[in-house]
Amino acid sequence: MEKTPNQKAWLLVLPVLVLVCFSAIIPLMTVVNYAFQDSFGNNQFFWAGLMWFEDLLASDRMWNALGRQVVFTGIILAIQVPLGVFVALHMPKKGPWVSVCLVLMALPLLIPWNVVGTIWQIFGRVDIGLLGYTFDKLGIPYNYTQDFFSAWATLIVMDVWHWTSLVALLAYAGLKSIPDAYYQAARIDQASRWKVFRYIELPKMAGVLTIAILLRFMDSFKIYTEPFVVTGGGPGNATTFLSIDLVKMALGQFDLGPAGAFSLMYFLVILAVSWVFYTVMVNLEKRES
Amino acid sequence: MAEATATRIPENLTAGGRRKRVRVNGSAVVMTAYLVFLMLPIYWLLNMSLKTNTEILSTFSLWPQNPTLANYATILTDPSWYMGYVNSLIYVGLNTVISVTVALPAAYAFSRYSFLGDKHLFFWLLTNRMAPPAVFALPFFQLYSSVGLFDTHIAVALAHCLFNVPLAVWILEGFMRGVPREIDETAYIDGYSFPRFFVKIFMPLIASGIGVAAFFCFMFSWVELLLSRTLTSVEAKPIAATMTRTVSASGLDWGVLAAAGVLTIVPGALVIWFVRNYIAKGFALGRV
Repeated sequence: MEKTPNQKAWLLVLPVLVLVCFSAIIPLMTVVNYAFQDSFGNNQFFWAGLMWFEDLLASDRMWNALGRQVVFTGIILAIQVPLGVFVALHMPKKGPWVSVCLVLMALPLLIPWNVVGTIWQIFGRVDIGLLGYTFDKLGIPYNYTQDFFSAWATLIVMDVWHWTSLVALLAYAGLKSIPDAYYQAARIDQASRWKVFRYIELPKMAGVLTIAILLRFMDSFKIYTEPFVVTGGGPGNATTFLSIDLVKMALGQFDLGPAGAFSLMYFLVILAVSWVFYTVMVNLEKRES
Repeated sequence: MAEATATRIPENLTAGGRRKRVRVNGSAVVMTAYLVFLMLPIYWLLNMSLKTNTEILSTFSLWPQNPTLANYATILTDPSWYMGYVNSLIYVGLNTVISVTVALPAAYAFSRYSFLGDKHLFFWLLTNRMAPPAVFALPFFQLYSSVGLFDTHIAVALAHCLFNVPLAVWILEGFMRGVPREIDETAYIDGYSFPRFFVKIFMPLIASGIGVAAFFCFMFSWVELLLSRTLTSVEAKPIAATMTRTVSASGLDWGVLAAAGVLTIVPGALVIWFVRNYIAKGFALGRV
């Protein structure tokens, strides 16, 4: 749609701007402030330059947390995107079951994140949880508070449980927008199931899948509550992702300088990757219209 | 489910009659398996919430042997529990109202006009949706402490605007793009002023969009823990924080914890039916 140039539109945006400045710019500037200064208490601050950033780049702690984060996000994207598309392809397209499927699938998305943690914390316990109990009876060693592998597996399955429906719902919305004529044409051409998926369904889903991947990337990259409740970052530091480490540093140890530098770099990574996805998304939208 | 999928098969692509049958069953099996996977942990929570703590710890059973509502009674009669829900509902409600109110005119501006820096502003709003709450926890704590808003509902409501205002703007813009411009122009020709046109004509047209935006603001504020926990201590402590503190306490009552969890799922589960056809649109920030 053509838009009319109108500079007065700024007035309509003004309330949002003021509010977001208050809730985003001021706090962000505080972080910047900390990142470049050192404090010895008593509210006395000294210019520290790039000291914290240099420390950070040399510290194993940050790189380890970043590494764990990248591995976690990579694994869950690799599982959730194909699985979500697979589920979407099998969803009913008409009839009363559509609503039932939509509502049941959306349910995990609406559960408070700490309750998601609580659910899996209970579910995986060897003494009272269905999952843990079953593993125990089958003789499979499983203990998410002690064992590295169990902890990771629990968190990944939990995230798949929590968010795969989002990918599925978005992919389903993309699939529904495909006119029947496309399928009819494919049938006349005797296209195989795979070809229909590859040349009709996948291109039509490209736009929504980009959004799905963008959302899943940024939300999984800032995951905090669920692993905090289930494993608390343990065993050891095995599941200490970026947010958990940052909160430990900032609110636990009150290391303002390093935490500020950490925050800025964390934010920049998310921003950079999101910008790439956003550009792809906008280009796809342009091509479609 | 077989019925539902059977109706779509004729316009689907599989050729032979025998293969059709296989596909019908296949889809139903996949969906059933997936839904069972989703429901099982929730069922387990519900199951535990209906047992006494002794029953949970002493016997392992797939359903409660002596179903009891005692856990729910504990929560609904103990102020330290039920005030958590009240506090959460207050700040979530405040946040939803603030977010949608400021987002409406902004979304209209983005959908109708081009102005200096509009595209950058639109992306910048999205970056706030991306910002990790962990980055903002400490500065928020200090900001709201210094202006004397620490441990108030409004502090949490304002903090959640960080991600909910951009969300509301994006969702509403997505809905407003679908309304033809001719409607605006006709209204102006008919002599409507902008505020009157906006409230009387435009808002009813995008009523479903406003509903969806409000629902998603409600939800994202409702599910968030880190900021709401950091910004409150006693007076405005949300239910999420009440629950985590119970977890860390020794001698923990699993039944009550499970019941508290079930009660937090209820608001979302009640509303989801009404927005079921917009879930994808809402999550995709209005881009679907």
